[in-house]
Amino acid sequence: MLAFLTRTRGRTRLHWTDWASYAYLCVGLFTMFAPIVWLVMSSFKTESAISLFPPTFLPYSQKSVAVPGHDAPLPLYLVRDAEGREREMAQMRRIGIMATMVDPREPAAELRVNINDRRPIRELRFAFSNYTELFAKFDFGRYLWNSVFITVVATLLTLLINSMAAFALSKYQFRGQKAVFMLIIATLMIPPTIILVPVFLVINGVGLLNSLWGVILPAIATPTGVFLLRQYMLTIPDELLEAARMDHASEWRIYWRIILPLAAPALAVLAIFSIMWRWNDFLLPLIVLSKSEYFTLQLALNSFQGELNTQWHYLLAMTVITLVPVTLVFAFLQKYIATGIASAGVK
Amino acid sequence: MQLVSRVMALFFNLFEPVFRLGQRLLGTSRLGWLFVGPNLVVFGLFTFLPIVINFVYATTGGVKLMPFERPFTGTENFAVLFECRDYFDIQTCRKDVFWRALFNTARFSAIQVVLMVLFSLATALVLNRKIVGRGFWRGVFFYPVLLSPVVVALIWKWLLQSQGVFNAGLVAAGSTPVDWLTDANWAFFWTVFVSIWAHMGFYTLILLAGLQAIPRELYEAAEMDAASPWRTLTRITLPLLMPNLIVVLVLAMIRAVQIFDEVFVLTGGGPGSATTFIVQFIYQTGFAEQIHLYGLAAAASLVLAIGLMALTIVQLKLTRAASAGQRAR
Repeated sequence: MLAFLTRTRGRTRLHWTDWASYAYLCVGLFTMFAPIVWLVMSSFKTESAISLFPPTFLPYSQKSVAVPGHDAPLPLYLVRDAEGREREMAQMRRIGIMATMVDPREPAAELRVNINDRRPIRELRFAFSNYTELFAKFDFGRYLWNSVFITVVATLLTLLINSMAAFALSKYQFRGQKAVFMLIIATLMIPPTIILVPVFLVINGVGLLNSLWGVILPAIATPTGVFLLRQYMLTIPDELLEAARMDHASEWRIYWRIILPLAAPALAVLAIFSIMWRWNDFLLPLIVLSKSEYFTLQLALNSFQGELNTQWHYLLAMTVITLVPVTLVFAFLQKYIATGIASAGVK
Repeated sequence: MQLVSRVMALFFNLFEPVFRLGQRLLGTSRLGWLFVGPNLVVFGLFTFLPIVINFVYATTGGVKLMPFERPFTGTENFAVLFECRDYFDIQTCRKDVFWRALFNTARFSAIQVVLMVLFSLATALVLNRKIVGRGFWRGVFFYPVLLSPVVVALIWKWLLQSQGVFNAGLVAAGSTPVDWLTDANWAFFWTVFVSIWAHMGFYTLILLAGLQAIPRELYEAAEMDAASPWRTLTRITLPLLMPNLIVVLVLAMIRAVQIFDEVFVLTGGGPGSATTFIVQFIYQTGFAEQIHLYGLAAAASLVLAIGLMALTIVQLKLTRAASAGQRAR
């Protein structure tokens, strides 16, 4: 195993620079993933466990026990008596440094203990309720649906109209074609942040304020997508189109049945990008969607972190759920994303 | 699967007659307009029209959203933004938050871009070595790039909160807890750190692609000549990587100037206005505050646009210089 790990091509022994490289990579691994692992572990902590200081890595929470005569379960402690023996007791109440304890097996006998003589009994418990309660307590299902709807519909529309434009710009020669292409590429230089106010006006003008379509439509014509697809379609030989035209295929049929299937790899790259853009989008939804029933997951997260500052257990669970689709995309499609970025220099 | 193909077929049949008709009316080559049409409509409505209207907003006042209801005020919005009684004291400025946002954005961009390029260059150089499991390691640095800014901010907010793991570490080491996000200097540090954490994988990938395009023979020749690693780096790697480095530098700069989402969730621009950047100023002036000052927001976004344009011109100049330098070589 060690031989495999320390193997290098050609040389037999690892140079010190190799060790330095691996050390650098391991520090990177820790810096990049420790925060995320910590987040995921924390999201399984119960409400009381999450506010414990110092925090534990694993989701330990205090054990509690139901005692006859008390409505709520009482927290369990290990109490040390004068002789140094320890026994499990439940705490009924605490005033200052004195706590009133009771043995769960004999609920009648109460005992007053200094709080320094007792320590909580903890057990490992994963609070899956943080996740399940999201759907019952908040409109979480709706936020999830809004995000999914925007992502899916916007991606399909993006693929459709960008590929149509790319087809026109790569396979036709018409007057003004160059100008159209330059115009589209020029919009790469205009980030949405600098036309925020007038975009808001236009969305308001066409009546799409507080509508999911108001987030979907403004960004479906991406210059990146047109550019990426056009460059790919240029490599498709024109003879294929000529042959189809000989057979009296309509232009739409040529686009739909020949060009689209052949451009599938480029479409896949654009689809992945579009999913990432839409799922993670924040500023446009923030100004367009102000009613909470239209919130996306990102907006819901943002508004909850303002309101529910104390309810971290729900907020963290929500964050983890938001993280999941992106992680799946990453796990399965990393290679395509890497090639997409390396070839087009886009994100 | 069958449903999908049904829907696809329906879609195909729906549009085919439209394009057949278009072909008969326009002729085959001009049919291109029909294909590029939807894209142009969306661009026109949501990009080109707004560019024009932005100028209208910037030169009109009042609180009305409709442009024709707004009184023309000329350059007053810009005058308000830049008015100061004493230009050496930010507090005497009418919109001191705007000045602070400008200043913060400049400081943030300068620091963040330098560190971003250095870290992603170092990472790309390490990843370009003969290492086991390169795909895995590349993924490690790339993963945070995919996370949404809100998620990134919440992850770090959770670690940095007063009862968080960082303070637990400090207490365990016998030190006192620090207000990571409510102390102005620390908050600024963390905005820089978190934005690098989230985005460096993207730039690493671009640099790595550039490194892998450098011909192996050059390194073999250098090895023959017993060139030191440092010399190989400065004489072969860096000059040949220059085009990619410029791309990374400019992209990072353009993004840094527009930083908003992560910081907005992480610190909310605070404490005070210590981490308020220019886009957040635009958002707050135009949308978040009680009175929506669209004109002022549009004027501020024109200032941002001028800054971005300057950066783009610098990019073009640099790229030309770099490619001219390569041809001379």
